[in-house]
Amino acid sequence: MEWHSQLIQYLATGITTGAIYALVALGFTIIYNSTEIINFAQGEFVMLGGMIAASLLAMAGMPMWAAIMLAIALATLLGVIFEQLAIRPVKNPSVMNLIIITIGGSILLKGAAMIIWGKDDRPLRSFSSSQPLHIFGAAVTPQSLWVMAGTLVAVILLHFFYEYTITGKALRACAYNKKAARLCGISVERMVLFSFALSAAIGALAGILIAPITFTSYDVGTMLGLKGFCAAIFGGLGSNPGAVLGGLVIGALESLSAGYISSGYKDAVAFLIMLLVLYFRPTGILGKRSEKV
Amino acid sequence: MKKLALFTAILVICGLTFASAIAQNKPAKAPYKIGAVIDVTGSASGLGEPEKQTLLMLTDELNAKGGINGHKIEMIIYDNESDPTKAVTKAKKLVSEDKVIAVIGATQSGTTMPIVDIISEAKIPLVSVAASWKIVTNPETKQTRPWVFKTAQSDSLAVSKIYEYLNKNNISKVALITVSNGFGDSGRGELQRLAPSFKITIVADERFGEQDADMTAQLTKIKGTDAQVVICWCIQKGAALVAKNFKDLGMPQKLIMSHGIANQNFLDLAGAAANGIILPAGRLIVAEQLPLTDLQRKGLLDYKSKFEAKFSPAKVSTFGGHAYDAFKILTNALKKAGPEPEKLRAEIEKTKNYAGCGGIFNMSAADHEGLTKDAFVMVQIKDGKWELIN
Repeated sequence: MEWHSQLIQYLATGITTGAIYALVALGFTIIYNSTEIINFAQGEFVMLGGMIAASLLAMAGMPMWAAIMLAIALATLLGVIFEQLAIRPVKNPSVMNLIIITIGGSILLKGAAMIIWGKDDRPLRSFSSSQPLHIFGAAVTPQSLWVMAGTLVAVILLHFFYEYTITGKALRACAYNKKAARLCGISVERMVLFSFALSAAIGALAGILIAPITFTSYDVGTMLGLKGFCAAIFGGLGSNPGAVLGGLVIGALESLSAGYISSGYKDAVAFLIMLLVLYFRPTGILGKRSEKV
Repeated sequence: MKKLALFTAILVICGLTFASAIAQNKPAKAPYKIGAVIDVTGSASGLGEPEKQTLLMLTDELNAKGGINGHKIEMIIYDNESDPTKAVTKAKKLVSEDKVIAVIGATQSGTTMPIVDIISEAKIPLVSVAASWKIVTNPETKQTRPWVFKTAQSDSLAVSKIYEYLNKNNISKVALITVSNGFGDSGRGELQRLAPSFKITIVADERFGEQDADMTAQLTKIKGTDAQVVICWCIQKGAALVAKNFKDLGMPQKLIMSHGIANQNFLDLAGAAANGIILPAGRLIVAEQLPLTDLQRKGLLDYKSKFEAKFSPAKVSTFGGHAYDAFKILTNALKKAGPEPEKLRAEIEKTKNYAGCGGIFNMSAADHEGLTKDAFVMVQIKDGKWELIN
């Protein structure tokens, strides 16, 4: 195999995983912007998306697109329930308390998934044919293209939502200054609820997109959640473009290091990058919110 | 008068129950307690669950026939949650609290190794259902551990079988891709150690992490070499991902895997990507295809039909087979020698020509595994089914 097709192969693989990290990172960003909390249950919604879709397809035998829609809807509903039962009723809602609650929620969701679905890995079939395409000598599976396309569409929709809709603008207002937003008549509670729903939906989408490539099981959320968190930190917590960039960079670097150095260090790469960013540029590459209003 | 009649009636009833209680207790001798430490939950649950089911099934079966020389078997199974630390706690409990006469387990080499010394010090037999040769042979002194036996075939036997197959097909250049854990490291070690004696050259040696979700990078490197076959040493999800990536990359080589993938879960995960994979496997998964002259055939089919009737829809698995052999070897010896530990140990050592699930066992003082490479047959996966290669 020529060196350049090898390089393209590593990059194609890396960008696929990176796109998933990007979606997970977006989930972190959305909630962080409206509440300042880091939702450590984010990874579990990725798991839920994949697991629900896999079992819907296995049980009911419904068409792929319907299973995907229903899985996203169910995961979103769970996100809403999570906010209503675990986040909203907290008497002393300091950021630290809420973050610890999300860790608890993550353990609860993971445990429940283990009891419901068992511990085996589950396959999810590819969205379209599994015959790989050959691009400059590198093999790219159609599912990788689905992942990239799905992420791209999600990012574009999210951008339009934030820029051009009232709800999106209200969310941004909450992100800039909660008090001022409230004074303008924006219901911050509703925006928080909405952001939990949105991030659960994006997480579930990520879980469904990646499941045909990597399989899914009750415990996939932990690592994907952590990698997504690294990506969000890399890009600057709170910045949507930063989250996407962070995901892609971390995915690509992981794949390159697995190819050229050793796969043993692959996971370390993401965390090393996060540490370096926190040390040299704590606001992240694209983060601007160092001084809060 | 009425009172007296009532009193008598009560007296009679009490007397009858007492008598029947005595009558029931009378022929029963104290049960033989056998302990088991199994990875029922945790990462090796797919292996441990059928082992537990098999042990319970065989215990019920033996007790229904009246036990061993009038003694029923009491099987005490503890779950170590695939955790070596918990395996130690449970093994200690079996020895000191339950006072068992022998122990079966644990499921993996990683969970067996820490309990080897505990059981040896208690001077009772341990029959492991895990694979590593280090379980029965002390790797430093090269001495056979007197109290420890095992029923799962060693990696070296699987590797020898693969290399024998390659020699037969005039293939000499191989690439390795192995998982970085106990199973993968042990397999990799044996693949490297035995290669020269079969005149095999290893042209690439790639590894991946247990939780890795994509092995394209490692396979891409292998694709660039002149390897004729790729040998992957991993189980479950990791192995299925290698199979998928292998197919997606359109690798020109043949893919050979270890005996660790010989279960239904692997076929479900890998789907069409499993097609064409060649592996050495115990005879259990191809029992129906064995020639009628095969010594293991009858026993295998018998175990299979009983297990699948009892635990349907669960399918019989190689790992349950290891527990089957452990139970049979132990109870056969118990029948002849009784529960006295030294006699029991010596009797297990004398096991000869026992045709079990894992192969035909011939133990000796120096060999506490008792199998040869012929415990394996070469199998190819075809459309989600195992096919015997002749």
